Amino acid sequence: MDYLNIFFSEIFKILLLLIPILVSVAMIVWFDRRVWGFVQKRKGPNVVGPFGLLQTVADALKYIFKEIVIPASANKIVFVLAPIVTMTLALSAWAVIPLSEKLFISDINVGILYIFAISSLGVYGIIMGGWASNSKYPFLGSIRSAAQMISYEVSIGIIIINVLLCVGSLNLKDIVLAQENLWFVIPLFPMFVIYFISALAETNRPPFDLPEAEAELVAGYQTEYSGMMYAMFWLGEYANILLMCALGSILFLGGWLSPVDVYPFNIIPGIFWMIFKILIMFFMFALIKAIVPRYRYDQLMRLGWKVFLPFSLIYVVLTASFLVYFDLLPNRGF
Amino acid sequence: MKLNRFFKIIFLSEFIKAIIIAVKEIFKKKKTINYPFEKGSISPRFRGEHALRRYPNGEERCIACKLCEAVCPAQAITIESEERADGSRKTTKYDIDMIKCIYCGLCEESCPVDAIVQGPNFEFATETREELYYNKEKLLDNGDRWESVLAQNIKLDKPYR
Repeated sequence: MDYLNIFFSEIFKILLLLIPILVSVAMIVWFDRRVWGFVQKRKGPNVVGPFGLLQTVADALKYIFKEIVIPASANKIVFVLAPIVTMTLALSAWAVIPLSEKLFISDINVGILYIFAISSLGVYGIIMGGWASNSKYPFLGSIRSAAQMISYEVSIGIIIINVLLCVGSLNLKDIVLAQENLWFVIPLFPMFVIYFISALAETNRPPFDLPEAEAELVAGYQTEYSGMMYAMFWLGEYANILLMCALGSILFLGGWLSPVDVYPFNIIPGIFWMIFKILIMFFMFALIKAIVPRYRYDQLMRLGWKVFLPFSLIYVVLTASFLVYFDLLPNRGF
Repeated sequence: MKLNRFFKIIFLSEFIKAIIIAVKEIFKKKKTINYPFEKGSISPRFRGEHALRRYPNGEERCIACKLCEAVCPAQAITIESEERADGSRKTTKYDIDMIKCIYCGLCEESCPVDAIVQGPNFEFATETREELYYNKEKLLDNGDRWESVLAQNIKLDKPYR
């Protein structure tokens, strides 16, 4: 009986996080399209529901009722598995994101490592989708995507090392609490910029959307997908973008902490600050999509390996020597 | 020069400029309209859905000269005619295949009596292909429905023909 209780309470906890995330993914897609439209002096989706907020729901309903076409030459098992893998991995990474001091599913002491592992696995969904389609464009798209995600994960990893040096813990809650006096965005500002750009590349957002560059590759690895399977890729992609925004606000923008610890600000619950910061990050994602043209593939690789990687490595050395010289290292006891 | 460029790249100055421009654009007036609720203005020459017009006394204008049938580059128009008891020649059949039609407006231009015209209506999408094979009744009906607009448009466009 005890086990059953634990089981149901866990399921309840998971649903409590999962449903808001799926809803906010729908909202964020609307927000993305709306910002994109506004920058181009269009109105964006504004018909379905108030301000067009239910546009994504309408789109999702359309996807559900559409026929799923599986190409005759496709590897059926892998083909069906790919969108499921993408979406599951994108959602499961949310398990350790603390939305406020008390709101999270699990508080594991290597949270950042967990997120990093899960988001690296995300590339499998795309590779599987591209390979199983047994078609040229999806294959090229998935190869590009794999190369791109691996290259930029390296620089994101080294950027995270910078933060970890200042915190001395892999726990996401500790990372936020270490920023009570000073958000890491101030001392590590160049790292924040590089993190942001790498996150764009990591989530295949423009200007790094080479895997689905519609001018060259139709729709990249999603070319052969239709109906709900396409929608799942799409959900996973946006859940990943949100995750990257949340991670950015935890690592650099002080998570659920209010910007200044004075009266009108510090009574606002932490979750609002967290959501506000995620939205600010996402607004930047949406703006960047509207203003920059797509990178060429070799430029993308050069930026990742020849600029970001050495720069962030140098910054690790700088941060480490600064901390040692001024005797600011956390966890001196070890 | 080279140092200048280096600093530009390092401080992402062009990106920041672009972001500022983008944020400014967000607050500007939108160039688009809410289409189904608001509509843009249409020129009197607009070549939309076809209509067959009548004289004010109710008699059809079409005299079955078949100029439109002859000029139609898509061969979308089919006309059959016969002589009436009063000696006038009138159509018994006037079909337009709206799927074949390329909306070039040559039928309207060739018509000596302003009978076949292309009106301002462009929202006549249908769910089946058959509904787009227009016959004489449908075209005359269109003419009755849009007559005031059609007459006004022909009047406005007269000086330029």
